[in-house]
Amino acid sequence: MLEAYPQNRLARILLWSFAALVMAFLMLPTLVVVPLSFSASNLLEFPPHAYSLRWYENFFGSATWMAALRTSLVLGTLTALIAVPFALLACISMNRLGGKTSAAIQSVLLTPSITPGILLAIGLFFVLAAQHLIGTLFGVLVGHVVLAVPVACIVLLPALARFDWNQVQAARSLGANWARAIGEIIVPQLRISLLSATLMAFLTSLDESVISIFVASGRNSTMPKLMFLSLRDQIDPTIAAISTLWTVIVVAVVLIVTLRQKS
Amino acid sequence: MKSLAITIESVHKAYGSYVALDDVSLDIQAGEFLTLLGPSGSGKTTLLMALAGFVRPDSGKLFLGDRDITRLPPNKRDIGIVFQNYALFPHMNVLANVAYPLVLRKVPRAEARQRALDTLARVKLDGLAERNVAALSGGQRQRVALARAIVFEPRVMLMDEPLSALDKNLRETMQYEIRRLHDHLRITTIYVTHDQREALIMSDRIAVMNSGRIQQIDTPQRIYDRPSTRFVAEFMGEANIVAPGSARRIDSAEASRETLMIRAESFHLDAKLVGGDGVALEGILRAKAFRGENWLLTLALDGGQEVLVCIPAALAGGCAELAAGQRMTAYAPAAKVHAIPGAMA
Repeated sequence: MLEAYPQNRLARILLWSFAALVMAFLMLPTLVVVPLSFSASNLLEFPPHAYSLRWYENFFGSATWMAALRTSLVLGTLTALIAVPFALLACISMNRLGGKTSAAIQSVLLTPSITPGILLAIGLFFVLAAQHLIGTLFGVLVGHVVLAVPVACIVLLPALARFDWNQVQAARSLGANWARAIGEIIVPQLRISLLSATLMAFLTSLDESVISIFVASGRNSTMPKLMFLSLRDQIDPTIAAISTLWTVIVVAVVLIVTLRQKS
Repeated sequence: MKSLAITIESVHKAYGSYVALDDVSLDIQAGEFLTLLGPSGSGKTTLLMALAGFVRPDSGKLFLGDRDITRLPPNKRDIGIVFQNYALFPHMNVLANVAYPLVLRKVPRAEARQRALDTLARVKLDGLAERNVAALSGGQRQRVALARAIVFEPRVMLMDEPLSALDKNLRETMQYEIRRLHDHLRITTIYVTHDQREALIMSDRIAVMNSGRIQQIDTPQRIYDRPSTRFVAEFMGEANIVAPGSARRIDSAEASRETLMIRAESFHLDAKLVGGDGVALEGILRAKAFRGENWLLTLALDGGQEVLVCIPAALAGGCAELAAGQRMTAYAPAAKVHAIPGAMA
């Protein structure tokens, strides 16, 4: 990579400009909602003529939005708590089995991440409907765990590949059962990867809208579902305020985790 | 502390069509130091891992004392294992590594700490208890691994090429120390190595393995002097396998009828040093090399077979004057000539 770094001054300026342009292209759509959210107007207008916090008040004062926020945070937390231990055990078995068995497990586990979300959501809808689980938190949770497991696996598999398995055998020979060998030898050494996997699983759930739209309803509507519906039904700057808050939460979580890893 | 005998009964293990252990049976006495010696792929590590509980035999039984451990999980076997790469826990310091098996056995904290410290002192690591594992040298790590494997007073120890990562001098020191530790603790020990010198130096008995089978099991001296197969003869050092008819008896000039094993260092160039009872090999000197403590001569016998002759420098008065292409005779005393049973040259 480094040898591709241009020595020539002009080439370097061009490279940096290009990089800046790409950054702007990626960031602007996210940032443009921030001024919108502070608008005093009833419409989404840019730039706003006057500023206010009324849309934030609207959001925090709404029982519907607050319920959705709670649902999303609970769902995200539960998804991470279920998907990461599951993914860790799956990755350990894939790591140990190796060969064709491992490849077969891996392709089954990773399928949800390559299946179009809408297909997965429709399938899940029929399965959950048969069990009368449509509209329940549990139903959405199942869908989110299915999506979060491959994400966690992608983080954990390479970390386990670098792990010295003899340590587990050593622990076993010294008297540790499986649970203690995993909890006291593997987990502490993989804590950074486990933290990343937890974060990714949490964000996967927090961000998920298609399954939520199909499966969640009423009190168990998630934030993305409610945002989607409110955009369809009425366009007012509340959605901009929520988007801004949402972005701040996600960036804050990522920042905290990244900074903790650094230290 | 009472150590236990190990019994291995007709253990068989195959991976697909590859047979790693082919009907292996072995009895190791309580307190014995036995080495499994063999080239890589000979099955020695598989056998060790079967005893440890990490490889499940397809058939056969394993006993510690009179207890059948064939189906026992590794954590219930109470066997101390030293791994080739040490397998220390990098997220724990030296003391925590050594105390870990005691913590698992619910030994009270203070007692666990004291026993770990005592064991560290025994392997000469006093003062390093609080050290990070990553900050240790290879030899120190080896000692931590050793301390961790003996601290819970196992009845049996398994060591898988524990010294292969160390440099030569350190390896020799550790060979001596491990053996001394064994003489002191008398834990039944199975030691795996591919280094024949190491096996000869350390062991009470050696089991030479090849292709998943035990070729011979005996004392180091008998393995070296009286190999039962051609493989053992050649694996144990510079062995010449002399085809029937190539050697003749010194006293009667009668040609040998068996396949003979003669080690390079058993030869003399002077018939008087051998006496009447021995064999003579005649041929043409192909090459000679001075190796410091000895000369290595390559002798081409009349049948075309080449024989290595090693003459100690102290007895090699005439070696410097020998010239390649010259005809000469090497003599070996009968005591150093070993007929290999059933071997075809």
